[in-house]
Amino acid sequence: MVKITVDGKVLEVDENNNLLEEVLSHGEDLPYFCWHPSMGSVGSCRQCAVIEYADDEDTRGRLNMACMTSPRDGARYSIEKAAQFRAQAIESIMINHPHDCPVCEEGGECHLQDMTVMSGHNYRRYDGKKKTHTNQYLGPFIGHEMNRCITCYRCVRYYKDYAGGTDFGPQASHDNTYFGRWQEGPLESEFSGNLAEVCPTGVFTDKPFSKHYVRKWDLQTAPSICASCSVGCNTNPGERYGTLRRVVNRFNDEVNGYFICDRGRFGTGYVNSDERIIVSMTRDSRDDNPVLASPEEARTSLHSMMGAIGIGSPRASLEANFALRELVGPDNFYAGVSSAELGMYKQILDIYRTKPVKVARIKDIEASDAVVILGEDVTNTAARLALAMRQSVKNEGRKMARDMKFPDWHDAAIRQLAMDCKSPLFILSPYATRLDDVAAQVHIASAEESAKIGYAIATAIDGNAPGVTGLSKESQALVKTIAEALKGAEQPLIVSGTGSMSPALINAAANIATALSDGEKKANLALVVPEANSLGLAMLMEESDRALEQAFACEETHAIVLENDLYRRAPSADVDAFINKMEGLAVLDSMKHKTGEAANLVLASGTFAETSGTFVNYETRAQHFYSVFKPVDSIQSSVKWLSDKPLAEVTADCAKEIEGCAAIVGLTPGADFTVAGMRVPRQQHRYSGRTAMRADVDVHEPKQEQDEDGIMSYSMEGVPATRDSTVFNTAWSGGWNSNQSVFKFQSHTGGPLKQAGHGICLIENIASEKTYNEFEKAESAKGDYQVFPLYHLFGSDELTAKTPAIQEKATSGYIALNEADVAKLGLQASDGVAVENNGSVPYIVRSSIQPGTVGVSVGLEGLNFRNLPGAVSLQKAEGWTSPGSWNAANIIISDKSVAAEGETA
Amino acid sequence: MLKGLVHQVKIIWTQIVSLWLVFLHLFHKADTVEYPEVKPHTFPRWRGRIILTRDPDGEERCVACNLCAVACPVDCIALQKTEDEDGRWYPEFFRINFSRCIMCGFCEEACPTHAIQLTPDFEMAEYVRQDMVWEKEHMLIDGTGKYHDYNFYRVAGKAIGGKDKGEARNELPPTDRRSLLP
Ligand code: SF4
Ligand code: SF4
Ligand code: SF4
Ligand code: SF4
Ligand code: FES
Repeated sequence: MVKITVDGKVLEVDENNNLLEEVLSHGEDLPYFCWHPSMGSVGSCRQCAVIEYADDEDTRGRLNMACMTSPRDGARYSIEKAAQFRAQAIESIMINHPHDCPVCEEGGECHLQDMTVMSGHNYRRYDGKKKTHTNQYLGPFIGHEMNRCITCYRCVRYYKDYAGGTDFGPQASHDNTYFGRWQEGPLESEFSGNLAEVCPTGVFTDKPFSKHYVRKWDLQTAPSICASCSVGCNTNPGERYGTLRRVVNRFNDEVNGYFICDRGRFGTGYVNSDERIIVSMTRDSRDDNPVLASPEEARTSLHSMMGAIGIGSPRASLEANFALRELVGPDNFYAGVSSAELGMYKQILDIYRTKPVKVARIKDIEASDAVVILGEDVTNTAARLALAMRQSVKNEGRKMARDMKFPDWHDAAIRQLAMDCKSPLFILSPYATRLDDVAAQVHIASAEESAKIGYAIATAIDGNAPGVTGLSKESQALVKTIAEALKGAEQPLIVSGTGSMSPALINAAANIATALSDGEKKANLALVVPEANSLGLAMLMEESDRALEQAFACEETHAIVLENDLYRRAPSADVDAFINKMEGLAVLDSMKHKTGEAANLVLASGTFAETSGTFVNYETRAQHFYSVFKPVDSIQSSVKWLSDKPLAEVTADCAKEIEGCAAIVGLTPGADFTVAGMRVPRQQHRYSGRTAMRADVDVHEPKQEQDEDGIMSYSMEGVPATRDSTVFNTAWSGGWNSNQSVFKFQSHTGGPLKQAGHGICLIENIASEKTYNEFEKAESAKGDYQVFPLYHLFGSDELTAKTPAIQEKATSGYIALNEADVAKLGLQASDGVAVENNGSVPYIVRSSIQPGTVGVSVGLEGLNFRNLPGAVSLQKAEGWTSPGSWNAANIIISDKSVAAEGETA
Repeated sequence: MLKGLVHQVKIIWTQIVSLWLVFLHLFHKADTVEYPEVKPHTFPRWRGRIILTRDPDGEERCVACNLCAVACPVDCIALQKTEDEDGRWYPEFFRINFSRCIMCGFCEEACPTHAIQLTPDFEMAEYVRQDMVWEKEHMLIDGTGKYHDYNFYRVAGKAIGGKDKGEARNELPPTDRRSLLP
């Protein structure tokens, strides 16, 4: 800490940060464009100019860019004195800026607008000709309006340097500089959506949002949690006129920081879809036509299903699962996943509890300096973690920079210095993944073999760890390299998960992390699970192993299925048999699906956007999400369908009843929380149209909708988050209308939020004893081709796949084969492949895949992974035509050697 | 006693004066007009009934920017942006609840395109309050209203049908992104 004087004010600042961050942390308003808290400084926009004085005598001082200045102890600076320079700088930036604000999606939350006003450049003096640019089509997610660019280079630094995208960059020079793709086409990066938030202007905008655009101040928002994978990124979804309009990132320093993935950002359109269940339906027998049931009737029928079993879901909230468990009784409650999967979730909880490891937060992942990924395609199963791992390889460069006394924020300098030096990242996977470009070594291996290698690595680090036999020479060499790298690292990280569906692999990861632990020093371990509340469901199943297999075998004749399409969880034949056996089947869900079609009673449940609750993420971090808007009366939250108690009471009961869940009551400030005597408003103080939006129906305005869950209100009455941001539903601060205003809510720029919580990890790891798991050889399946799963960020997830923008990036079910196998099967480019136990599907050729193995897509239409045995026979399909939704071009991989038919479709 | 008498006389006297003055008014020119037979003169910038105008090309001027709505102190404007196939923004619906409108004119001042304008027409009474909710089709006129020349899309950089990049006022043709020349 050093003391500096800024315009006469004495500030105590951290000399390791740059001056810009520090003055912002102290509440000063200093304009900036190119600096970003996650990406550091390059000093290109010249907006953050300040005057720095050499000593006390100096009256003139010299101009410096605050973002490129390390605060000097005792130095004097002035923000005020550089005001004129900043006004001139922004005037030149604005020379070519189009007259677009009214028709620009950024308008009203535009950093450029804010900075222009702040710099005092109020009137245009330049009357000459403006440069113009043509736009590009960049795919279904991102709109492009190049005229609005101010060449701050943030997009390139984000997309290429931070997110590792290769299909985008700056072009031309000086005044003509252009930011786009080498040719038109969809952006390839899975994190392209962040461009809309990173770009300080309206060049890159959220395209699906633009289709039904409203201004930021007109959105009703609430703090939410992404429901699309197990990372649990924090989001702020926004609603207007009863439809969900968009999702933006909500800062949480412990989880997603400033960025989320495209599935989370663009994958919520299903909330507005035609496939929503908006009314409850009932019928006596499955042959009858369903008839409309009023909420009261539906509720009565549900509660009169005596002796029914309950089938929970990893995508429903903890409270909803708990409420079902309460309704049917713990002995009748079954996890809505296969017992193999439930076993793995419980295995992960066990590892987190009993092994001497540190459960890795995203922050820890970013800080890791040696990483091993065991058989998890993180980019497609927990995307945000992949983005964090991309940052981890930069730690070598940072280390080099620190040795040379460069500060961490000096982005351009560090990149120059590091060049291609990276911290090691090792990937063991049955196929090439999207992180291979930053990997030190990629080893293609089956889950079984990867597990073996994992065990061997653990043994190489700690002789006490159980060994394995039968490793090839090549594998042994790899074991040695990885073990060395991990041992040499300050913060090693092991990543695995349920993606490979191999418990041995998860144990191997735990063994490596355990082997690395050394007293207080623990290795980072991240184990990915499939869904937003997989681990929450597992916590409810602590004392029971009842999974789908057991549910299918039970004697009962009635069942209540909570937010779950069983056909996606188990072999179709088993589900058919189960459903046929049931005399009464109730399904609570938000979307229509096959299980719901077979039900006697369907109850219209709310999505994450219309309900509140708790999700438990991959680190067992419990996070509360608030409903964003109130749906039509016929739709209710699952908790409300299932329980007579208000949400807060259900949460409290769950905390009391379920071991390890006690902390969840502390996730919200309590149902009676108010600020200045009022609930927290979901609508901003500038919310418009209040007296006209419903006037077409009835000119008499109804009473504001009430939120039974308390804390927040569906209204603009109340105190905006600027004064008390315990419930942080939108980043806004006077003069800072864009998302950049988030620093006003942080304890220091880039640091944790002052008031809002960041979730609570339910498992506090305190284990110190090193215990190892023995290697158990799984029975290898017999058949021609060993099956391994292939995931798709866009398409594999059930709900997001029903979103139009995601469908444009997705494809139908397919398999992936090696060239040799394709030749063996005699496949032509236009052929399909008949898969054992499944119909025929298209195929692609991937050179990275080993002969004798086949990658099978998970969750995509036309192929049910759960139907397949561990090894399948394949055959050329006769008289086959590719399905309409087949789109090979959407499979973005590095090792696609021959494109199958449909490439151009 | 005397004081009381003087007071009484004063009162009667002022009443006589008032009556006299009223009587004289019989011979004055009337100030009031015979509304509704005779219409009063209202000035062009009078703040009466709101219209939506068209640009000189005859296209809807409103670009659905929402600025009028946010400026409105009683929040009686609601609209939704949509876009034609060539990228032109316009309101899908545009509603004013005139039973709430206070004719302040803030919407007109906020409008960057001169689309929304208040007019001298003040005859807006209705028997049924619901009839005071007006939609776009009730407000959109065929002319430019008070401002004849302004055409927002000819100034803005966004391309629309019939006006490509580089064709707006004071614009150079689009740059060549493959060239490094100045
Ligand atoms: S496109 Fe946006 S982020 Fe990129 S240089 Fe231009 S203004 Fe900056
Ligand atoms: S990484 Fe997962 S939680 Fe985060 S935005 Fe993407 S899908 Fe949602
Ligand atoms: S005149 Fe005033 S009250 Fe009426 S619509 Fe316009 S801004 Fe609102
Ligand atoms: S301010 Fe003008 S252009 Fe904008 S929405 Fe209102 S009427 Fe339309
Ligand atoms: S923010 Fe400092 S020069 Fe751009």
